[in-house]
Amino acid sequence: MADHSASSSVKIAPPPVELEREPLVANQRSISWISDTIANVIEDKTPRWWWVATCISALTSLWLPLCIVHLISTGVGVWGLNHPVAWGWAIVNFVWWIGIGHAGTLISAILFLLRQKWRTSINRAAEAMTIFAVMCAGIFPAIHVGRIWFDWWLFPIPTSNSLWPQFRSPLLWDVFAVSTYFTVSVLFWYMGLIPDLATMRDRFRKVAGKVVEPAARLRNKAAQVFYGLFSLGWTGSNRHWRNYEKAYLLLAGLSTPLVLSVHSIVSFDFAVSQLPGWHTTIFPPYFVAGAVFSGFGMVLTLMIPLRSLYRGMDEIVTTRHLEFMCKVTLTTGSIVGYAYGMEFFIAYYGGNPYELYAFKNRAFGDYNWSYWLMISCNVVSPHLFWIKWCRTTPWFVWIVSIFVNIGMWMERFVIVVTSLHNDFMPGNWGYYSPTWVDVCTYIGTMGFFMTLFLLFCRFLPLIAISEVKGVTPFADPHHPLGGAKH
Amino acid sequence: MDSLDDYQIPYGLMAEFGTPADALHAAEKVRDAGYTRWDVHTPYAVHGMDEAMGLENSQVGWFTFICGLCGFFGGMLMIWYMNSYDYGLPVGGKPNFSPFASFPVAYEMTILLGAFGSLGGMLFLNRLPRLHHPLLKNIRFAEVTHDRFYVVIEADDPKYDEEETHKLLKKTGSKHIELVNE
Repeated sequence: MADHSASSSVKIAPPPVELEREPLVANQRSISWISDTIANVIEDKTPRWWWVATCISALTSLWLPLCIVHLISTGVGVWGLNHPVAWGWAIVNFVWWIGIGHAGTLISAILFLLRQKWRTSINRAAEAMTIFAVMCAGIFPAIHVGRIWFDWWLFPIPTSNSLWPQFRSPLLWDVFAVSTYFTVSVLFWYMGLIPDLATMRDRFRKVAGKVVEPAARLRNKAAQVFYGLFSLGWTGSNRHWRNYEKAYLLLAGLSTPLVLSVHSIVSFDFAVSQLPGWHTTIFPPYFVAGAVFSGFGMVLTLMIPLRSLYRGMDEIVTTRHLEFMCKVTLTTGSIVGYAYGMEFFIAYYGGNPYELYAFKNRAFGDYNWSYWLMISCNVVSPHLFWIKWCRTTPWFVWIVSIFVNIGMWMERFVIVVTSLHNDFMPGNWGYYSPTWVDVCTYIGTMGFFMTLFLLFCRFLPLIAISEVKGVTPFADPHHPLGGAKH
Repeated sequence: MDSLDDYQIPYGLMAEFGTPADALHAAEKVRDAGYTRWDVHTPYAVHGMDEAMGLENSQVGWFTFICGLCGFFGGMLMIWYMNSYDYGLPVGGKPNFSPFASFPVAYEMTILLGAFGSLGGMLFLNRLPRLHHPLLKNIRFAEVTHDRFYVVIEADDPKYDEEETHKLLKKTGSKHIELVNE
């Protein structure tokens, strides 16, 4: 094995000052250091913080079955929904969770097509976040239908009534978009995992002879079988890599239009209706930008603690990576801010009194608190990232990321509730508040999400080992550190 | 004939390299020597290795394309059959089947089947999953997913000759050459 310290045997002439860039993996770490550091998370003793965090998350996730059983056995009346607000927290949570997923696909697919090499340090964890977020999202429409035992009517299967789903409804498009999104995300994530699972298989095999304690031997054997089975017999063959890289590129090419279509279709749920505030053509691009914005907020919320909790991670997810993510957050946050302004302008310029009323009501009506909370979190807070100190100070970035998460939840709340609560006639006006069941179901999904994410961190390589290796100078056969002789 | 090794069938010769550049140059030499059943095993996809091995473009795209087409037209056909042919559903005076209203679902089906085609095509072309491989029994080869590079020439290559091939691999500068059995 190569030495694990910073290698210094090869001297490279420094580039001109104006071209100098911070490396993607700090301190000139060798490729063996990369696999050791990432694999040690799985091999080392489970840290105490992990047990504490997992216990709290798992206990919190118990709210989910509790509330769902209560909902099904009692009826949707246990939620705060009533006339005139028939879409409440459930739909807000659905859109919020699915939006969070979008950053994972942006990082894994769009940044791959744009050849942004820094994505390799965060894509694995971000894709895992996508999958778990979409799982949380999928729960809400399923339990929101009222008669949950008829959920299977959503799928194009022959029923005893010989009726088929109605394919002209955006709600059905959503079924296809979300289930495709989940499936393709899982395929993409799994394919990326294959070489890294092979790394884990080989690492457990290498130490198998040295393990003496019976319990440890059993663990080692189980790990070899698990990682061996799921790595599908990967040998790192270049003939395989060739097909693998092509398939990866194709999946990235398929996921890019997919991720843009998913949130567009989610926005159709609103935009195709006739309601003031919902019936606008700006919704698809505005929803997609908002989704990426909120997703990057969540990626930052998760990655900043992880990189300081695990040894060596801050050399793979460097402050430069945080800076890049902050810049994406700033960009998408600015698009979202522009969309808010444009919505207002069109409401005024379009000359439709109902539309204008809906927007005035958002900003100055009964729910003005949610509107201004949204504006301060989504429009004001990301602009702190114009300042370099704000982008490169992890604790500060983390606080802003929390604001982004809150702000994007408020945005969906504003869209869903304010358009509904004051209908065309004052007889149809009302004020919606959630019940404890609404709140606890949401908290339950948070616990569910965190439990899955913590399990992922414990048992799967949380950074793409082979991809990070590929972006270091040691991996480049045309670089002196990769052995090239000029 | 007293050792089990005498009954072993050779799988091929395995040469180890410490850097991607050495493996790349070794691959060029093996390619130029005219071998066909050989491979380079690396911890990550080495840039330029396909050219060094003389490999053509991958065929995975065909699987994606054909599966994607099936997804699109299958989706359209499904909607036409369900909402127009088998059980017409008149909604708001609109036509029972319209390609525009059907587009979002057919589009998602294109991507869904295209993605399965890409992954399935990759696995099919690579003949994976394969749960047994002679190289995976070799403990030294376990470094392939860590930081080592291996050039392996298979024994059933028509040009394979244990001594000649060994000499060729020696010339490429490998520090460790080993015969791997089936």
